[in-house]
Amino acid sequence: MKEHYIKHQYDPILPKKQEWPVVRLARERKEFVKKVASQAEERILDLIGKNPEILKEELETTLYREKLRIKQNPWDVDPDDEGPFWGEVKTNLLQIHASVSLSKTKKMEAYRDVLQKITSRYSEEIASNFKASHYKFTRRVVTFGFSRLLNAARVKGFGSFFSNQYSLQDKIQITGQTTQIRELATKGTIVMVPTHFSNLDSILIGWIISVLGMPPFIYGAGLNLFNISIFAYFMNALGAYKVDRRKKNLMYLETLKTYSKEAIQFGCHSLFFPGGTRSRSGIIESKLKLGLLSTAIEAQRANFQNGIKEVSGKIFIVPVTINYHFVLEAPSLIQDYLSMTGQERYYKENDEFSTSYKISKFLFKFFTKGSDISVSIGQAMDVMGNYVDEEGNSLDKWGRIVDTQEYFMSNGKVTVDAQREEEYTQMLGRRIVEEFHKINRVFSSHLVAFVAFELIQAKNSKLDLFDLIRLPQEDLVLDYQEFKSACQRVMHQILELKNQGKIDTAPHLSRSMDEIIAHGLENVGMYHAKRPLIQSPTGDLATEDMSLLYFYHNRLHGYGLEKLF
Amino acid sequence: MGMALKNSSKSQPIGVIGVGSFGTAIANMLAEKNEVLVYSRKQEVVDEINTLHSASGKPLNPKIQATFSPEKLCSACGVLFFMIPSAAFLEVTRTFAPFLHPYHLVIHGTKGLVVQLSDGEELATVAQLRRNQILTMSEVIIQETLAVRVGCLAGPNISKELTDGQPAATVIASKYNEVIHEGQRLLRSEKFQVYGNSDIIGVELSGVLKNIIAIAAGALAGLGLGENAKGLLISRGIVEMAHLSKALGGTASSVIGLAGIGDLVTTCNSSDSRNFTVGYRLAKGESLPQILEDLEEVAEGVNTIRIVDAFLKTAGIRAPITENLHRVLFEDLPIEEALQFLMKYPFSVDIDFV
Repeated sequence: MKEHYIKHQYDPILPKKQEWPVVRLARERKEFVKKVASQAEERILDLIGKNPEILKEELETTLYREKLRIKQNPWDVDPDDEGPFWGEVKTNLLQIHASVSLSKTKKMEAYRDVLQKITSRYSEEIASNFKASHYKFTRRVVTFGFSRLLNAARVKGFGSFFSNQYSLQDKIQITGQTTQIRELATKGTIVMVPTHFSNLDSILIGWIISVLGMPPFIYGAGLNLFNISIFAYFMNALGAYKVDRRKKNLMYLETLKTYSKEAIQFGCHSLFFPGGTRSRSGIIESKLKLGLLSTAIEAQRANFQNGIKEVSGKIFIVPVTINYHFVLEAPSLIQDYLSMTGQERYYKENDEFSTSYKISKFLFKFFTKGSDISVSIGQAMDVMGNYVDEEGNSLDKWGRIVDTQEYFMSNGKVTVDAQREEEYTQMLGRRIVEEFHKINRVFSSHLVAFVAFELIQAKNSKLDLFDLIRLPQEDLVLDYQEFKSACQRVMHQILELKNQGKIDTAPHLSRSMDEIIAHGLENVGMYHAKRPLIQSPTGDLATEDMSLLYFYHNRLHGYGLEKLF
Repeated sequence: MGMALKNSSKSQPIGVIGVGSFGTAIANMLAEKNEVLVYSRKQEVVDEINTLHSASGKPLNPKIQATFSPEKLCSACGVLFFMIPSAAFLEVTRTFAPFLHPYHLVIHGTKGLVVQLSDGEELATVAQLRRNQILTMSEVIIQETLAVRVGCLAGPNISKELTDGQPAATVIASKYNEVIHEGQRLLRSEKFQVYGNSDIIGVELSGVLKNIIAIAAGALAGLGLGENAKGLLISRGIVEMAHLSKALGGTASSVIGLAGIGDLVTTCNSSDSRNFTVGYRLAKGESLPQILEDLEEVAEGVNTIRIVDAFLKTAGIRAPITENLHRVLFEDLPIEEALQFLMKYPFSVDIDFV
C-alpha cells in the first residue's frame, strides 16, 4: 500500500519575518486598534440610521447585558476594571438622559462619545498580542516536544529520545492543494476555513501552516481558552485575536467584524472556523456562522472600491477538513447536542481541555498509540465560490477567467449594497459546505461507526434517536457477516461518490474489507472509557456507548448513504 | 464591455430577449422610459423592427432597436429581460452564456421548469424525479451563466390587455433588492403597478403550478359545470399549490400573492389560455395527442403535470388534483371518474398551510 502524503519541510515563502503581515500588524498595533474602533463606530451609526433614540436604546441594552455578564458569568481572564468602566458608562447615560436642555445634535454627540469609549475598549480587548519571538519559540516547542514524544514511544532503546526516525508528519498527514495555497499566499490574502471538531484543531492548523512554510495566520480564538495561562501563551504566539462568545451585543459583534475585515484588508492571512464552535453532533458543518465570513466579502469589496484590482488585493477562500479517528471531547460534545435537541439553550462552556493535566494525558496517548490525523487542503476559491488557478485568476465552470470585481458592480461602478453582500455570504457558505463534503476523507473508523449505527437503527425503525440511545446493551449486538456485507454496500457507494468527485477516502480503505473493519474497530474512538464499537470473542459487534457511536457515525451524514439501509 | 460600462444605466438601453407577444408588450412598456434593444435570431424579424417598427405586424415603440447578436446586446445593456418560451429557454440561455457577466441583472418572464435527465431518459417515461433534477428558470440562468443577480416577473399579465394599456400589476421577485428596485424603476407606470417579493422560487413556482389548475378549470368548463365548481377548484387548487411550492423550496405565502392566486383567477377565467383549452377539449372527449397537434405552442401545464407527478414519487406528499390529471392525460382515466374521485377525497381541513 503506497500512501502519497506530503512529508517534507517547505521553504518559508517569506523568509524575513519582518515581512510577515502579522508582524507588520503587531508593529502598527496601536494605530490599527484605533482605526478598528472608529470604523466600528461608523458601522454602528450606519446600522441604526444615525438615530439618537435607537443609539440610546442600543447603549442601554449593551450596558444591561454587560452588567449581567459580569455578575453571572465572570472569567479569570476578565480585566479588573470592568465594573468601574461600565459604571462610568451608566453614569454617562444617566447624565445625558437628565439634561433636557440638550439639543438633538448635542445629544447625539454625547451618545456618540459613549459609543466611542465602548468600541475603543472592545477593539483593544479583541486585538492580538502577537510577538514573533514567542511564535518562533512556540513552534520549536511544539515540533520538538511532539517529535521527541513520538520517537521515545515508537523507537525502543537507549537514546531513542533523540532519534529522528519519526517526525510529526508521520502522525499528521497533509494532503490536497498544498502547492496552490503556498503560491497564493505570496500573491494575495488567504482566508482558511476548516471544519471544527476538537479544541486541538487550532494548534494543529497553526502547526500545519508553519510546516507549509507560510507566515502565521491570525484567527479568532474563544476567550475561554485564554483562561488557561499555557493556552493563552500559545494562542498569542499563534496570532490569535480574542472572541468572547458571552458578548452578543451589537457593539461587540460589529467591532469584532470590523477587526476581522480590517485585518484581511491589511493583508493578514486569516483562519475562521466557519461552524462557529466545534461540531456538537459530529456532523460536518452544514450551516455556517456567516458573521465572520461576511467580513471576507466586505474586505474584498473594499479592496475593489479602493482600486486594488490586482491579485495583491484578492482574497482566497481555502476550505480545509480535519479527519480524526478519535475526538477527545466527543462524549461531552454529543451530550451537549442531545440535551440541546435542536433548540438553542444557554449552557456553560465545559470541556476536557480544562486542565493542563488532561491535555498532556491526551497528547501522550496520541503520540504513543495509533490514531492518525489527516488534514485535507481544498482548492482555493474567490469570495464568490469560483475556483482560482495558481496565478490567482478566478475561473468559471467552463474554465473561463472571471473578473470577481464585476459581482460588486452596478452601472459600471463598485457599489456598497449590504443586502447583496448578505446573499453573497450565504452563497459562499453553501459553496464551502459543498467543498467540505468533497475533500472530506473517509476513515475506516467512520465507515464502521456509520454502518453499525444504521444497522441498529434499521432493526429498531420505530424508535427515535433518544429511544435508540436508551436501548439495553443486549439489543445492540450485530452479526459479523451481516455487518460486513453492509460495510461492503456502503463502501461501494462511497467509491461511486469518490469517482464523481464528491468525497475522498484515506489510503487504508484500499485494503480488504476484513482488514478495513479490523482497522476501523481498533481506531474508532479508541481512548474513550466506553468504546463506541467493540468485537466480542465470537466475532459479533457490540457498542458500549450508543451516543458515541452516533457521534462517529455522523461524520458520514450528508451523502445520502442512509438510503442503503 | 469597456465603453458600455462607462455610461450610466440611464443612457444604456434595456435588453429584451424574445419578441413573442409577452416580450413585445414588455419591450413597449420599457420603451416608455428607456431605449430598448431587443434580440431575435431571425434576420427578417430584426429588419422588420429596425425599419418598420413592428414585430409580426404588431406596432412597436420607435425607441426599440433590434439585433441578432447576443454579444452586442450583452455589451450594450446592463439589465436584460429574458422573455422566451420555456421550451427554448435553456438553449437561448446557453447562447447568451458566453457574453453574460456577473454585473448583469437578469429578469425573466418565463413560466416553466427545466428537467435534467441522465442520458437515455425522457420526460415521457421517467418514473421519478428528485428536486435537484428540476430547475426553475432562475436556477437555469444561475447554473448556465455567470449572472447571479437574477429576478423573475410573474402575475396576471395577459399580453393583449397590457398592449391595450389596461391597468394591471406584476410582481418582480429576486433575492436581491437591487434587482427588484431596478425592475420597479423601469416598469412602473400609471397603468402598471410593480410589487416586490424576495421569495423568487415561490413566485416562479406559483406561475408554473397554476397551469395545472388552469387545465382542471378548462375541464370543469368543458363538463358544463358552473361557478360553484370553479370556486371549489380555485380554493383547493391554491392549497395544493402551496404544498407543492413548499416541497419544491418556495414559501406558501407567495402562493396567495399576485403570481399565485392573482394569476390563477385570471387564467381560470380566460378561455383563450392554452392550458384552459387543453382541459376544455379533454372534457369534450378529445385525446391529448389530438389536442396537442392543433396547438401552435406547447401548453406548459401538460409538461408541468408530468414533472410534478414524477416529483411526488420522491417527495412523499400527495397532490390529488395533479395526480388525477396525470391519470386523465397519460393513463386514459375518464375525466368524469377523476372528478368523482376528487369529490370523495377526504379533504377534511379547509386551510392547513398558513
